[in-house]
Amino acid sequence: MSVIAFAKNWNGKFKNSSFELVSYTKALANQLNTNMVVLSIGELAEEELKLLGNYGADKVLTVSDPKLNTLTSRAYADIVAKAAESVGAEAIVLSDNNSGKAIAPRVSVKLKAGLVAAVQELPVSLDPFVVKKRVFSGKAFGHVQIKSDKKILTIAKNCFGLVENPCDITIEEFAVDIDTNLFKVKIVEEEEQKDKVILSDADVVVSAGRGMRSPENWAPVEELAEVLGAATACSRPVSDEGWRGHEEHVGQTGKVIAPNLYIAAGISGAIQHVAGISRSKCIVAINTDPEAPIFSVADYGIVGDVMDVLPRLTEAFRNSKS
Amino acid sequence: MKILVCISNVPDTTTKVKFKEGDSLFDDSGVQWIINPWDELALTRAMELKEDAGNSVNEICVIHVGGASADATLRKALAIGADKAVRIDACPADAYHVAGQIAEYLKENPFDIIFSGIESSDYNGSSVGAMIAEFMDYPGISSVTSVNLDDDDIQVNRAIPGGKQVLKTETPFVAVVQKGIAMEPRIPSMRGIMMARKKPLEVKPAAELEVLTESIKFELPQEKGACKMIDSESAEQLVDLLKNEAKVL
Ligand SMILES: Cc1cc2nc3c(=O)[nH]c(=O)nc-3n(C[C@H](O)[C@H](O)[C@H](O)COP(=O)(O)OP(=O)(O)OC[C@H]3O[C@@H](n4cnc5c(N)ncnc54)[C@H](O)[C@@H]3O)c2cc1C
Repeated sequence: MSVIAFAKNWNGKFKNSSFELVSYTKALANQLNTNMVVLSIGELAEEELKLLGNYGADKVLTVSDPKLNTLTSRAYADIVAKAAESVGAEAIVLSDNNSGKAIAPRVSVKLKAGLVAAVQELPVSLDPFVVKKRVFSGKAFGHVQIKSDKKILTIAKNCFGLVENPCDITIEEFAVDIDTNLFKVKIVEEEEQKDKVILSDADVVVSAGRGMRSPENWAPVEELAEVLGAATACSRPVSDEGWRGHEEHVGQTGKVIAPNLYIAAGISGAIQHVAGISRSKCIVAINTDPEAPIFSVADYGIVGDVMDVLPRLTEAFRNSKS
Repeated sequence: MKILVCISNVPDTTTKVKFKEGDSLFDDSGVQWIINPWDELALTRAMELKEDAGNSVNEICVIHVGGASADATLRKALAIGADKAVRIDACPADAYHVAGQIAEYLKENPFDIIFSGIESSDYNGSSVGAMIAEFMDYPGISSVTSVNLDDDDIQVNRAIPGGKQVLKTETPFVAVVQKGIAMEPRIPSMRGIMMARKKPLEVKPAAELEVLTESIKFELPQEKGACKMIDSESAEQLVDLLKNEAKVL
């Protein structure tokens, strides 16, 4: 018996979400009184793999085949399922991100293992095995029992945090036959903005809504984001109007994010918007309307015009750094 | 070419969720039901592909796993323009069960493209599309932001962190779609609503399938404390509070 975590890398690097996954899975293994194995797919430098040892990993299986350097959900799922079988895993844990969403359901079907996505904390109980997850787009939590012997969880970002737990780590190559039939989807082009803070990873997010009045007015938003090392985001009408790209849209029908700090400028705080941000640790709202619903979910509020308040905040953050 | 669009029937996005029977069940009294927003966008894109004379899409079918209470939602999908609706008469117990039912239907009734939304806005499982792909042993593409056909050559864009990929795939395949797949969901026209009454809505019996998970109870998030208001002239005070009180910087 054991539990297995699939730690995804991006261009050869792990992210904090990978370390959070390992921290969580280690705690789950302790709870279940068993050991943890971490699986890594794709070529990766040994120093990078060793970083997993800072968060409680003592055994890493790696499949370092260059064919697997980019995500192919079918092949990845096949490997995750085979690795889980080979270590006799009773639980398989992945991150609730694009790749977790693509792989976990396939593994669930392969192993007939019940899957719960976007789990918020360690299991509420082990027997029966019950976990707590986000439901109704963040308006509530649900307790879900997994009835199969094998269990699959994907964990929500920032639900657990990083737990340092240095361990001696052994790295083993996991030998597996990779079926070339599983590579039917071909990548013909790829674009990546390397210099931009990625919204779904960001600890701080500066978000703006229709209160900015025009797409020409975004400079104060970008300047504040730059000082804070933050990602930028927006409300749905802003992306629907084409003022900003779709990748910035947060809310029920856009991205669901959980940064440490979310600054909402000129956003009214409609229920569908709040669904995407309610798990932020701290919310700051800036709005001319003191009755705007965003203030009922915010921790700190400023009543004022975004065009005055944002530059002032940028200035204050800049001064506090120097 | 035939397109199947998976439809989830969900509470309207403005619904204030409540629970009943000791918080074990969703209280649906007074709830307005809608087509899951991403499924509605997927159906819109499917319609656009069919209307574009340059390609060979000739049938759009919507499928739902659930009880008769979803028929109004399926009629709306027909009014938007789907040619046919299928309802598998089963309680949609979990994603595995729903995907398994749809896969059973697909085995008898093949399609070239299967659309599913990135998640359903009630249980947020994000799993049905990829599970169907696995049950059927089809390629699947997640985080899809556009699907284009050019002489049956299929080009799909997928969002990746900080960018996008352009992909080519063969059929049949499953596309799990998100924001961007269509601009605005289509609203049924008067004519569409009239025509929908005559379109087929088939009800199929459920297959015997396992249920691997079970919802036990619900809870509402803790109420937020009051919002601390800060004078618009005192940006430094906010910086100080974020650093020393909230400790998020
Ligand atoms: C099915 C469905 C799904 C949806 N999904 C989403 C979603 O995922 N995400 C989302 O965001 N929305 C979503 N919406 C839309 C949502 O209902 C709101 O319409 C939207 O969030 C409002 O965006 P906003 O706050 O930018 O604009 P508004 O509601 O117009 O608010 C603008 C705010 O700016 C303030 N303001 C104006 N001028 C200034 C100024 N100079 N300085 C400071 N403040 C100012 C105003 O007081 C107001 O509060 C959805 C709606 C539906 C029906």
